[in-house]
Amino acid sequence: MSESDNKKPNRRDFILTATTAAGAVGVGVAAWPLIDQMNPDASVKALASTEVDISGVQPGQSITVLWRGKPVFIKRRTKEEIDSARAVDLKDLKHPEKDEDRAKNPEWLVMLGVCTHLGCVPLTDKGDYNAWFCPCHGSHYDTSGRIRKGPAPTNLEVPKYVFVDSKTIKIG
Amino acid sequence: MSDHDYQPSSKLGKWFNDRLPLLTLSNHLKEYPTPKNLNYWWTFGGILTFCLITQIITGIILGMHYIAHADLAFESVEHIMRDVNYGWLIRYVHANGASMFFLAVYIHIFRALYYGSYKSPREVIWIIGMIIYFLMMATAFMGYVLPWGQMSFWGATVITNLFSAIPLVGESITNWMWGGYAVDNPTLTRFFSLHYLLPFLILGLVILHIWALHVPGNNNPIGIDLKKPSKDTVPFHPYIVIKDLFALLLFLIVFAFFVFYSPNILGHADNYIEANPLVTPAHIVPEWYLLPFYAILRSIPDKLFGVIAMFASIFVLVILPWLDTSKVRSAIFRPIYKQFYWFLVADVIILGYMGAMPAEGTYLVIARVATGYYFIHFLIILPFLGFKEKTLEVPLSIAEPVLGGFPNEAATKDTYNIRKNL
Repeated sequence: MSESDNKKPNRRDFILTATTAAGAVGVGVAAWPLIDQMNPDASVKALASTEVDISGVQPGQSITVLWRGKPVFIKRRTKEEIDSARAVDLKDLKHPEKDEDRAKNPEWLVMLGVCTHLGCVPLTDKGDYNAWFCPCHGSHYDTSGRIRKGPAPTNLEVPKYVFVDSKTIKIG
Repeated sequence: MSDHDYQPSSKLGKWFNDRLPLLTLSNHLKEYPTPKNLNYWWTFGGILTFCLITQIITGIILGMHYIAHADLAFESVEHIMRDVNYGWLIRYVHANGASMFFLAVYIHIFRALYYGSYKSPREVIWIIGMIIYFLMMATAFMGYVLPWGQMSFWGATVITNLFSAIPLVGESITNWMWGGYAVDNPTLTRFFSLHYLLPFLILGLVILHIWALHVPGNNNPIGIDLKKPSKDTVPFHPYIVIKDLFALLLFLIVFAFFVFYSPNILGHADNYIEANPLVTPAHIVPEWYLLPFYAILRSIPDKLFGVIAMFASIFVLVILPWLDTSKVRSAIFRPIYKQFYWFLVADVIILGYMGAMPAEGTYLVIARVATGYYFIHFLIILPFLGFKEKTLEVPLSIAEPVLGGFPNEAATKDTYNIRKNL
């Protein structure tokens, strides 16, 4: 074998490389369905949007609805809460986002009730900012749902939503 | 070794053995030369085998009554507890069996750390053992999810969310693991499938672990290489078999105490509340055997680095044979390592305690110091100690200190002290 080390690749080497490569592609193609079956299936994706009646929510009140298996907070904010969220200097934020961008209608704050650290549900009207506080690992969010203190890396996520009419929000 | 000389006594045995040498294998296991100075810390291999078999048998039975569906799982576990004949016993043995399994594996691992069993030529045994340990954690975690209680659900949520820390692909990976956008029914059914599979992978690895062990043979309390068979060894059967069985009996007393007198003490009351995706329990705590790693995760204020540190704390054990540079195996002859060993034991216990406490104030500070020390032990102290430490003189054989006319039989335990006093 030692003399073949320096030799140019011959036809046998070519066939070996070609068949190995083709075989590897084949194994990959065959494996993909086995891997992809674990991704969200059609029935899960079909539940992609949900409509919520918000007519009964009073100022200062918050409701929690389930969307795609996750809780969504819908908070009707008071004037003070809106003002305190908008008064914050962006430089003080770990994940700088304007409140105006997070709540298009300032009275209504809609966001996932899933802590961006490890997925617990934060408690409402708790914590240093009297807004949201995650009991699992101690993340504090402000009245705009922005991370202010604790291990969570980002603000509470705002899902896609639209106001269908004055009483209904469609999430997703 | 007489493996190749072995001949079955009966004609039928010989006929069969020529075609499949099972009798040679059983003869090898019976005659396997074992160091005669093995102490009771060496009985945990047998105990662990017992634990694995117990978990597999009770698990297969529970699988006959359990229903892996988000709407039915919780109720089916209560059905097992209340209606199925002896269902309460089988489930309590399985649930506490997991804790007993980890108790035994921690003793087994710390025995290896004390006596240097991971060192050459036993690195592969050690690495297989670490893979088994990692699979055990995965299996236990998925098993804990199956009753679909509050701790099941939120434990699953927190642990799977660890993977969301991976940059760029984190979210795709978690959605792939969940089969949705949160922990839900698809997550439960796949966890059940994998929870059933992994113990058999562990069983296969255990066979490799024992096979790899039988190549160099057992380490022993004084950590020296032995001639096999010799005056320093005894056959595995009956000497070790009887000793292992006696140790197993003692272990079963502890096991039975938990099963019959405090079957829920190692669990969490919250898990008797059905999973509710809208409410997180006030205080999420993993099972006790995962607490040290949980403390490491929480002690790092950054999400990604917290996850990296947690996995690194296990990986650092895998490469331990190359981190410990000392040629002397047993801590008996390593006076400084012996002290650091006990610091490490204390450090891991402190980490475990901090993992159960809220991550704030003094607890967090202590957890951070303990996390730092954990890595310092493996990455700095062990590599340097191998060069700096003045080890004590190691005997040439187990018998030497005794046969050499030393007055005390405890010589095999602590040869050096006796020599020093001469």
